[in-house]
Amino acid sequence: MSEAVQKQIKQYLIIGLALFIGTVLTVWVAELKVTILTGIIIAVIIATIKSTLVAGYFMHLLHERKIIYQILLLTAVFTVVMVGLVLFSHSDQQGAQHGIFNVPAKQVPAAADHH
Amino acid sequence: MSAHIEIPYNMDERPDTGLYNAKLGVWLFLASEVMLFGALFSSYVLLRTGASTWEAGHLILNWKLAMVNTFVLIGSSVTMVMSWAALKMNNLAKFKLYMGLTVLCGIAFLVIKGIEYAAKFEHGLLPNQSTFMAIYFTMTGLHGLHVIGGMIVNGYLLGPGSKMWATEPQRFTNRIEVAGLYWHFVDLVWIFLFPTLYLLPGK
Repeated sequence: MSEAVQKQIKQYLIIGLALFIGTVLTVWVAELKVTILTGIIIAVIIATIKSTLVAGYFMHLLHERKIIYQILLLTAVFTVVMVGLVLFSHSDQQGAQHGIFNVPAKQVPAAADHH
Repeated sequence: MSAHIEIPYNMDERPDTGLYNAKLGVWLFLASEVMLFGALFSSYVLLRTGASTWEAGHLILNWKLAMVNTFVLIGSSVTMVMSWAALKMNNLAKFKLYMGLTVLCGIAFLVIKGIEYAAKFEHGLLPNQSTFMAIYFTMTGLHGLHVIGGMIVNGYLLGPGSKMWATEPQRFTNRIEVAGLYWHFVDLVWIFLFPTLYLLPGK
């Protein structure tokens, strides 16, 4: 028991160090001269790796019961639906030039202008 | 006349879930928190994409202070998990040391955040200044409230709550574990908030 906890403590310290390095990396990447989209993608990737380390090791999610994974899967589905619905509605209203998904604008028949 | 009623599964695992009740409860609570912050992050995306101009966080916010705060919060996550590990090793003194450090890190985070907010107020950068400032104050403010909530729980577990160790050590260890789950979640949210608000370029 005690030996297993000692091993875990070592693991926690390594993860902590990795998170510190990840933070420095996040700031360093932000200084790079890249396009906005590339910068956002890199920032999200680093943040996802860091949060996976926190959830996996500090929150013990790597060795958790099945029901926790089921709850989190359901949460992920609801979050994706919530965010997706908002973004799709935004895209629909903004049209081709400003839409997130670059949806082509609907062609309005010229005759409609006279009514 | 008073009868002693024991609440089941606050120490032992329930046979159907394989978890003690508090752990399942806290994970369900965290699921609702994911939805809350998910809604705010999607609001950020929506407001940013819909705006014709957007401030660059690193130009108007103090990203260096925010980086220090990131280190502080990550450090507090390490000390939090170490406090739980100390109890697993039956070492209450070490638990108190690590939990004390966790609370101190929480205080340091809030003090730094206070310095940051004060500078913004001084320069007239209020939530009504721009959409960016509005979402900045909303997200960091809500996160700050979560830090305060976590500190109250951790402070209680460090002080009067720690008396439980003498009578029900397993139950107390479980309490530290679930308090840790919440605290790590607060850290996790900040990991996304830091680059989103402080580092992303404007347009």
